Amino acid sequence: MEMPVPDKEILARKDKVVADLRRLIADDSVISDPFETRAYECDALTAYRCPPLAVVLPRSTAEVAKVLAYCNAEGVPVVPRGSGTSLAGGALPTADSVILGVARLTEVLETDFENRFVRVQTGRTNLSVTGAVEAEGYFYAPDPSSQLACAIAGTIAMNSGGAHCLKYGVTTNNLLGVTMVTMEGEIVEIGGAHLDPSGYDLLGLICGSEGQLGVVTEATLRILRKPEGARPVLMGFTSNEVAGACVSDIIKAGVLPVAIEFMDRPCIRACEAFAKAGYPDVEALLIVEVEGSEAEIREQLEKIVAIARTHNPVELRESASAEESAAIWKGRKSAFGAMGKINDYMCLDGTIPVSALPEVLRRIGELSTEYGLEVANVFHAGDGNMHPLILFDANKPGDLETCEQMGAEILKLCVEVGGCLTGEHGVGIEKRDLMTTQFDAPDLEIQMAVKDVFDPNWLLNPAKVFPLHVSAPRRDA
Amino acid sequence: MTPASEAELAEAVATAASRGTALRIRGGGTRAGLGRGPLGEVLQTSGLAGISLYEPGALTIVAGAGTPLSDIEAALLAENQRLPFEPMDHRALYRSNGSPTIGGVVAAGASGPRRIQAGACRDCLIGVRLVTGTGEVIKNGGRVMKNVTGYDLVKLLAGSHGTLGIVTEVAFKVLPAPEAAATVTVSGLGEGQAVAALTAALGAPYEVSGAVHVPGEEAVTAVRVEGFEGSVAYRAERLTEVLGAFGPAHVERDAHRVAHFWERVRDLSTLAEGEGDIWRISVRPSDGPGVVAALSHPPAVMDWGGGLVSVRTEPGTDVRSALSDIRGHATLLRAEEPTKARFGVFEPEPAPLARISAGLRRTFDPKGILNPGLMAGPGADIAA
Repeated sequence: MEMPVPDKEILARKDKVVADLRRLIADDSVISDPFETRAYECDALTAYRCPPLAVVLPRSTAEVAKVLAYCNAEGVPVVPRGSGTSLAGGALPTADSVILGVARLTEVLETDFENRFVRVQTGRTNLSVTGAVEAEGYFYAPDPSSQLACAIAGTIAMNSGGAHCLKYGVTTNNLLGVTMVTMEGEIVEIGGAHLDPSGYDLLGLICGSEGQLGVVTEATLRILRKPEGARPVLMGFTSNEVAGACVSDIIKAGVLPVAIEFMDRPCIRACEAFAKAGYPDVEALLIVEVEGSEAEIREQLEKIVAIARTHNPVELRESASAEESAAIWKGRKSAFGAMGKINDYMCLDGTIPVSALPEVLRRIGELSTEYGLEVANVFHAGDGNMHPLILFDANKPGDLETCEQMGAEILKLCVEVGGCLTGEHGVGIEKRDLMTTQFDAPDLEIQMAVKDVFDPNWLLNPAKVFPLHVSAPRRDA
Repeated sequence: MTPASEAELAEAVATAASRGTALRIRGGGTRAGLGRGPLGEVLQTSGLAGISLYEPGALTIVAGAGTPLSDIEAALLAENQRLPFEPMDHRALYRSNGSPTIGGVVAAGASGPRRIQAGACRDCLIGVRLVTGTGEVIKNGGRVMKNVTGYDLVKLLAGSHGTLGIVTEVAFKVLPAPEAAATVTVSGLGEGQAVAALTAALGAPYEVSGAVHVPGEEAVTAVRVEGFEGSVAYRAERLTEVLGAFGPAHVERDAHRVAHFWERVRDLSTLAEGEGDIWRISVRPSDGPGVVAALSHPPAVMDWGGGLVSVRTEPGTDVRSALSDIRGHATLLRAEEPTKARFGVFEPEPAPLARISAGLRRTFDPKGILNPGLMAGPGADIAA
C-alpha cells in the first residue's frame, strides 16, 4: 500500500514544530522521542507502519483547537487517532504528520436518563459508555467487536456497526450531536440532545467521514433501556444456500431478531477447535438472537424454529439457560481469536444484498482455490455484512501481497453483486485504491469537494479514503 | 419541464446552469408550502417513476424519485412490510392536492411519530442518485443497509429540500409491518405530567413506537406499541401500569382506530385544520413543557416523547425569540410569505455552521439554480 512521500521541508522543521507545540499545550502532552512515537506507528492494520513526526495528546477541546489552528497555519498534516483499533489503517501516520490522539479525553460530561442521552468526551471507550449508564438499566447500542478498546471518536469517524445493528442501527443512527474542531481550529457544535436538524444534516455527514472533516472531541449519544431478556438459537444446515434462504425467510416472516450470525464450515471448525463450544460439524451455522420478556422470546423463537424446520436443519439447539446461551455465543465470539491462533489473517467487511449470499460464498470458495489461501466466513447475515477472513503467513515472502490481491477480488465481487467495499470498518488506506470500482469519477469528485469545504488545505488525514492519484492534485496544491 | 429519464434531467439542469435559469423542483407538489418561494421554472420528477428493485428478504426497496408514495406503500404492504419512519403527509397542513412522491419525502426529510424508535427518514435512506446544480449525475450509498464506503452524502441530501441536488433515485431499508398494534392513553394531564408519563414509558423496556401528548381541555397522552399479538398484549398491559401512575389508563387495540389516531398525530391534523402559523420545534423532551409555556399555551402537539413540539400561533408570532433560552431549533412550517421572509423558515445556524452550509451549497450548486431562496435566512430578499 503506497503512502505519499513525506514533505522533506516539514521533516526538516521537526524541532521547531515540536517546540511550538510544547508552547501551545502542556509540555507532557507532546511526544517527539523516536522511541515513544513508535507506539503510534500503526493501528490494527499492522502490516503498515510509519512513526509520525510527533504525537499530541490534548486534555481539552480548546487544546485540540490550538493544535489544529497551528498545524493548519504551518501546513503540517494531522492524523486523528482514537484508540488505534482501525482495521483499515484509518489512523496510520505519515512521517511528516502529527498524530492528534484523544486518549486523554475520557470524561462522562452529562448523563440524562430523562432525555435518554449521555454526553462524553470522545476518547472514552465504546463499552465504557454503556458502563456509565448500565446501573440505571440503560445501554449504548452500537457494539463493534473492538468495543472494549475502541474510542467513541473512532466509532464516529468510521460510523462503526456491530452484531446488533440489524435492530439498533449503527453509530450514525445513535449519534445525536458532536463538538467538533475544524482544521482551521474553530470549535463547532452540531446537533445536541434534541433530534434532527432544521437545516442540512451536517451530523450525518460528519459521521463516517474518517477524520477528514474535523476532530470530534465530545459526543451526545442516544441511550436505550435494556431489554428484559435475550436468547439465542443455534441452527446447522447442510449448505450455505439453505442457511442463506433461511435468513431471508426469517426476515420475510416479520421477525426482526436482534442478531443473525452466520459461520461457514472452515470457521466453525476453527472456532470449535479453539473454544470447544460444542458446535456441530456442519456446512453452515446460524445463531439467531431475539429479545424481550420470557413470553415474547418464546413467541419469536417458535416462529423462527418453525421457519428453520422447513429448511431441514441438521441441528437445532434452543438455549434453555444462561449457560447454554453463553455456550452458543462462545464459539462465535472467539472466531477472530481462533483464526489468529492458527494463522495470520486479513479481515474484510464488504456488504452484499442478502439474496447474493450463496453466489458470493461460492465464488469466494473458487478464489480461495485459485489463490491457494484458505478463507473462513463469519458475518452479520441479517444485513449482508460479510467478514471473510483470509488466512496467510506473514513470515512467508509474498503471502501478504497474495492475500491483498485476493481480498481486492472479494471486495470487487461484493460491489459487482450490488454491495459495497466496506460495511463498518471504513476505507482508510486498505480499500482506498478500490474506491474506483464502486464509484465513478464524479462520485469521488463531489466527496473531495465536500472535504474542500471543511479542510481547504487538505491537511486532515489527507492520504485516506480516496485513491492517491485521485486526491493528489488537492493534496499537492 | 418533465424529463423522462435521469439523463434528460441532467441535460436540462446543465442547460439551466449555463443560462442561470432558476429551477423549482417538484415531486407531487404536496409540500410546496414548505420553505420560501417558490421561484423559478418548474422541473417535475414525475417522469422518474417506478420501483426498480424490491427484495423483501433483504428489507430493501429502490425506486425512482417521482414514484408516488402510495405505490411504494402498496408494494410494501403486499409483502407485509412498510417504510419504518412513518413519513408525514403534508396535504392537510398545506391544503394541497396531488400525490406525494418518495423523492419529496426525502427532500423534506419527512418523518413521523415512529422516528423515536425506528429512526428518521435519513436513518432509513440507504442510497441516492442525484443530479447536482451543474447537471452532474452522482451516486452515493447503495442498496445495502450497512455501508461506510466514502462520505455519507445520503444523509446530507435527506432534508436538503432540493437545494443540493435533484434526487433521481432512492433506496430504503424497510421493516416488517407488525401483526398488531395498541395505543395506551391517559386523559387530562398537564404538559409537565404528560411528559413525565411519556418519559416513564420510553424509559421502560417495551419499545414504545409513538409517544405523544396533545394538550388542551381534552388533553390526551398516548403511547403506541407494535409487534406480534402476544407481545403487544403484554406490552400494552405493562404500559397501562406505567401510565396508570399518572391517571386511569385506557388500552385501544382496534387496528383501525390505532392507525387513525397516529395518522392524525403524524399529519398534525388538529393544528392543520385551524388558521395561523405553524411551527415545529425540536428540543430535548424535558424542555417540551417549557416550550408550550413560553408560547402561552397555544394549540400544540407534543410528539417524540415531548421533544417535537408543533404549535399553531397567531400569524407573525416570533417563536424563536420567545424560545431563546431553550436549546434546540424551530422551523416555520406554515405561514404567509412575509412572515416566512421575516423569520426565515429554517433555524438560522451559528456563523461557523452557516459558513459550512453555504460552502456545501456552493459545492453542489455553484450557480445557485436549485430551489433558490427556499432555505434563505431571515430578511433575505430572494426575488433578486
